[in-house]
Amino acid sequence: MVVSTKRALEGAHASAHAMRQINPDVVAAYPITPQTAIVQTYSQYVADGEVDTEFIAVESEHAAMSACIGAAAAGGRVMTATAANGLALMWEELYIAASMRMPIVMSCVNRALSAPLNIHCDHSDSMGARDAGWIHIFSETGQEAYDNTIQAVRIAEHPDLLLPVMVMQDGFITGHAVELVEVADDASVQRFIGSYSPAHSLLDIDHPTTFGAWDLYDYYFEHKRQQTDALSKAMKVILEVGQEFGREFGRPYGAFEPYAMDDAEIAVIVLSSTAGTCRTVIRELRQKGLKVGLLKLRVFRPFPAAELAEALKGVKAVAVLDRSISFGSMQGSGPVFLELCAALYAAGSKTKAINYIYGLGGRDVLPVDVERVIHELKQVADSGEVTSLVSYLGLRE
Amino acid sequence: MTGCQPKGPEQERGAGIERTGSTTAIRRYLRPRAIPTPFCAGCGHGILMGAILRAVDGLGLDFSQMLFVSGIGCAGWIPSPHFDTDTLHVTHGRPVAFATGAKLFNPALKVVVIGGDGDIASIGGNHLIHAARRNINLTVICANNQIYGMTGGQVTPTTPLGARTLTTPYGNAEPAFDLARLVVAAGASYVARYSVWHIRPLIRSIQKALQNPGFSFVEALSTCPTQYGRRNDNPSPLGMLQAFKESCITLERSRTMSQEELAGKTLIGEFVGG
Ligand SMILES: Cc1ncc(C[n+]2csc(CCOP(=O)(O)OP(=O)(O)O)c2C)c(N)n1
Ligand code: SF4
Ligand SMILES: [Mg+2]
Repeated sequence: MVVSTKRALEGAHASAHAMRQINPDVVAAYPITPQTAIVQTYSQYVADGEVDTEFIAVESEHAAMSACIGAAAAGGRVMTATAANGLALMWEELYIAASMRMPIVMSCVNRALSAPLNIHCDHSDSMGARDAGWIHIFSETGQEAYDNTIQAVRIAEHPDLLLPVMVMQDGFITGHAVELVEVADDASVQRFIGSYSPAHSLLDIDHPTTFGAWDLYDYYFEHKRQQTDALSKAMKVILEVGQEFGREFGRPYGAFEPYAMDDAEIAVIVLSSTAGTCRTVIRELRQKGLKVGLLKLRVFRPFPAAELAEALKGVKAVAVLDRSISFGSMQGSGPVFLELCAALYAAGSKTKAINYIYGLGGRDVLPVDVERVIHELKQVADSGEVTSLVSYLGLRE
Repeated sequence: MTGCQPKGPEQERGAGIERTGSTTAIRRYLRPRAIPTPFCAGCGHGILMGAILRAVDGLGLDFSQMLFVSGIGCAGWIPSPHFDTDTLHVTHGRPVAFATGAKLFNPALKVVVIGGDGDIASIGGNHLIHAARRNINLTVICANNQIYGMTGGQVTPTTPLGARTLTTPYGNAEPAFDLARLVVAAGASYVARYSVWHIRPLIRSIQKALQNPGFSFVEALSTCPTQYGRRNDNPSPLGMLQAFKESCITLERSRTMSQEELAGKTLIGEFVGG
């Protein structure tokens, strides 16, 4: 029986709380705003003997991810957390973690990348790592950050996958905001995640293993094929774990969360905290009779392409809100938009799609901004014409 | 290079450190718009900022021919955006590498790196030892407050054994780097360590560093009352400065002292190139 209690927690503390209940073997981390709240809370748990984790305050994020990979290769359950330039500094090791199939779970508290120097939220950090082979799960609230962190362990360690998972939440907006979070009892979390014993690990003296060795044109390609196959299988696992989590803890999860989509003629797609703003606006516009819905995307890697195309059947026009730019892409659009366009094209969909870049470097996105999106989207749906493919919200021009 | 000349009559500059105690003398090197600084009240970095400008003023250097490179951290704010000349504010850990590039392209520039202990010696430690090994003509001033101040007070590789930090609430279990000796071993041609309490020798050592034609390193022991002092029973800025007065021993004096007498003391002075 799950015994839940409600706590007032910052998003970062919700993640740290989940980590405490997961009680990983090793945590290696380097501080960076706005992630620091996670590892510093965790180091207090370590100091107070509330967890059995070996915690090491390493000298950089590159060292953090390297130590995590070493610990995971040695067979440990391993976690860390980072943001922005810290994630960028890990870049080399992100690929190593995924390619060596290390089921590391990492919190990424989304923050803008320098330059210029900025500590506030956008998604340019994790989006820059979108092709590194990690599973990317986004959280709207502290509750979701907590729930996703727990699920991430099960997803990462699934024997069909053995893939690292990044759990995102919006820097400051979610990470530093206090919300009511329902936390389960420690035993239920432990029961849900189960124990971890990898089939292959270092220091297994009877079965010596080599990781990351020389692999040229003879087998490298096959290994990459296996890796992409594993990510293709991940969606099934993510959905199963999301359903099982729902049965246990009362909050089921899918790849995305539809809101007011049943008879929607136009729809908005967005990640993380801005979904809350969109939902509020959509609720009001629904009362005025506008057939508008929301798809809050939760899983970005693997991208739920066919599922989204299916969910958008019957929708005349969709607006994708991106909190980062894929520089040099089609009209400088955002990564979610590009993925969605590909998904719609592959499904033979006639739905029109437009893109809005918003919130870079922590710029606020207000209900009036979302109203503008929906207003322009309605014009696209009515006319069947896209006059502006990529627009900016709340920008001084 | 587009740095601005400090304002004020030329003859007022270049009069050595003895007459550069006034605040007006160094104000001319600061961008009025950038003042007040973002430092907490009582932060040692403000004292170091003054020391650097007094050293520059005393030498009569052409400020417009100077480039200040800094990374991320409270110490990184000492030159940027405050100094009214060229400043390059770069990523955490990399200012020495950026400075190396700038110096290679324009050797006529006087290139000064100012950064925290985290920036220069933790995440950026590799660049520090390699620049010292090459003995490239840079001046690196490390504001060592023994903590990651900006991110809220986590343990660094320079935090003393046993000190309490946010990530070591019951005391640090790892020994600290002796930065001055590390850089000596790496091959620098001028290395000094003073604290922001020892203001005159600190200014003089910065002047020597600026004049040394090779790699110069000044470890400036600084104070962070907010993140370090508070956690280590010394929350007052003045108390932290007085602690330097008591714990720092000059190299000369140390030669007359026994190992027992030196326990817990910090050696200050010029380690190489004095
Ligand atoms: C790659 C990267 N990792 C982490 C950070 C976060 N960060 C910013 S400042 C800082 C520590 C600053 O400490 P220090 O250099 O000692 O300067 P102080 O604030 O103490 O003067 C850290 C960890 C960052 N900006 N970039
Ligand atoms: S946190 Fe510490 S180092 Fe940073 S400005 Fe405040 S006192 Fe200075
Ligand atoms: Mg410091």
